[in-house]
Amino acid sequence: MTRKRYTQAINEALIEEMERNPKMIVIGEDVEIDMFGDLATLRERFGPDRVRNTPICEASLAGLAVGAAAAGYHVVLHLMFANFIYTAYDAIANQMARLRLMTGGQIKLPITVLTVYGAGGSQGAQHSDCPHPALMNLGGVDVVLPAAPADAKGLLKTALRSDTPTFFFEAAGLGGSSGEVPDDEYLIPFGEVNVVEEGTDVTLISIGSMMKPAKAAVKLLKSQGVSVHFVDVRTVAPLDEAGILKAVARTGRVVIVDEARERASAASEISALVAERGWHTLKAPVRRATVPNVAMPYAPAAEAAVMPSGQSISALVSSILAEKVVAA
Amino acid sequence: MDTGSLHHDNSLDSPSAVRLLETMLVIRRAEARLAKTVKEVGLPGPLHISIGQEAIAAGACLELSDRDWITSTHRGHGHFLAKGGDIKEMFAEIWGKESGICRGMGGSMHVADFAKGIMGANGIVGGGLAIATGAGYAAKLDGDGKVAVCFFGDGAANQGVFMESMNMASIWSLPVIFICENNEIAEFTRSAEVTAGTLCERAAVFMPATQCDGNDVIAVHDAVRVALERARSGQGPSFIEAKTYRIHGHVESEGLFIDVTRYRAAEEIEAWAAADRDPIERFLVHIFERSILTREQVTGMEEEIDKRIDEAIAFAEGGADADVDLVYQLLSADKKVMEVAR
Repeated sequence: MTRKRYTQAINEALIEEMERNPKMIVIGEDVEIDMFGDLATLRERFGPDRVRNTPICEASLAGLAVGAAAAGYHVVLHLMFANFIYTAYDAIANQMARLRLMTGGQIKLPITVLTVYGAGGSQGAQHSDCPHPALMNLGGVDVVLPAAPADAKGLLKTALRSDTPTFFFEAAGLGGSSGEVPDDEYLIPFGEVNVVEEGTDVTLISIGSMMKPAKAAVKLLKSQGVSVHFVDVRTVAPLDEAGILKAVARTGRVVIVDEARERASAASEISALVAERGWHTLKAPVRRATVPNVAMPYAPAAEAAVMPSGQSISALVSSILAEKVVAA
Repeated sequence: MDTGSLHHDNSLDSPSAVRLLETMLVIRRAEARLAKTVKEVGLPGPLHISIGQEAIAAGACLELSDRDWITSTHRGHGHFLAKGGDIKEMFAEIWGKESGICRGMGGSMHVADFAKGIMGANGIVGGGLAIATGAGYAAKLDGDGKVAVCFFGDGAANQGVFMESMNMASIWSLPVIFICENNEIAEFTRSAEVTAGTLCERAAVFMPATQCDGNDVIAVHDAVRVALERARSGQGPSFIEAKTYRIHGHVESEGLFIDVTRYRAAEEIEAWAAADRDPIERFLVHIFERSILTREQVTGMEEEIDKRIDEAIAFAEGGADADVDLVYQLLSADKKVMEVAR
């Protein structure tokens, strides 16, 4: 194990997989200059044919990725900020997510879309969004939101060997965070939650960027004598339904933390799953800690006010701990 | 624009001329049967018929091989057939059968055969522009002379991706040929009313742009041959505007929900369907003038094609219905990642 930063782990996965697969290319706006640290040294290592700046034209870039992937390349498309997914959405929704089914399975589409998401840096409403729920709803694409550096590397390596278009969400708020990363090669399969910490009183399910406030909440709750069963979802499509239900059954109480807006969020989908299939294990209502149904404001205080925090999450947890136990 | 009989001093040899004629006749007769079938007995989905535009598909695909790519439009049967797609598999697809080229998962608007380089018809107007550009990007990296031909309509030329894709093809000198089938009508709107400037002027910013008579199969073939030479020799993309006309409606069922006389007059359709403008009739003049085939030989060819169409219909009608389970199996290429259907 070696301590590494989140972006460094992502960068290592890219270098290793590009070395492994000569038909892997990285394209996107400003990929040569490496804005976020995730693409460091790629241009120098792999040259202009494999790492190339594109014009700013997301709507066509997503379609270009589909064409190049169908013609035999693994395309790593960097869409910079996740809001730009909206600009690219026609080709994502109508081509990328559909073409394999529409053609009766004739093709594979090895595409990995990298994108940086989430608020916390006063980037304003057009550079702070979390569009993963919209992608979950598409079908035909995988959606990955790693929180820990080790998960980021292992999940990205899986994405880079997958023949299904995969959206790999890099949490803006976690870019500088660090953690232990295995030294030997490893891959982490999609659709498996990670139990970060075992607990007995309440289950806390965190999605991607929410690891930070969720961790703070766990710490707070611990100081109050509450034992939290703490789970990181890691991928929302595929969703580890069995893993989630098991984690909920462990305590009978669950709070789901998601940086998406509340309405039709990933947390909503997990809530529905628990309500439909975990009802008999519940002792209290399911609760979601999300951003409210607003656009992300700029002012730091306003931004902080709408984001789930350690305080707000632990308050939600306390509210369901106080609920009367219903018959199991 | 030229109309009437064709007068070309070109090197089109007789076997190529016969192939062009046969391709156009296959498209014409297959689509006429599809239109008749949907009217008389019905078919599962919408049908967009390209009758009147056959010369573009035939002329553009003549020199392409299976390893070259094409992208097509919602009006894609002609491109599919001209590029070597199997007529039986296309019919079975339209009938929604397991034996369809897309196993009944795509339908008329999505016929595709990647083994033949057919990246598919597309239900999104302009949807093929960026995909063809991506295929051209891959072809350029492969460096083995493949090209990508993108068919699209005058309607698609008003999509932003038209400019974006031509820009990328140009800056990277991609082997892409953009062929705009300008049939004057975008669904039910006259293109002239919604299009600023000319399409060639737009394209000329990015690449050599020429206009040709899209109802003259030899003119289409000539224009594409020049573009192919450019593309295969690494000189980059080209744009061709092929002027044509859609004899059938936007969609076969349109008479059920709109007043079809509101977007064009019956006389206009008649004028374009007349022998002096029809792409097949005009090419037949060339064929007979040069004694490439006799009238009897052409009749024989038509009968043989009709037999193939009969067989395709029998194949489609007799096929098993699409396998519903495929819906769950095909969406994702990796087995692990499909969530279990409840």
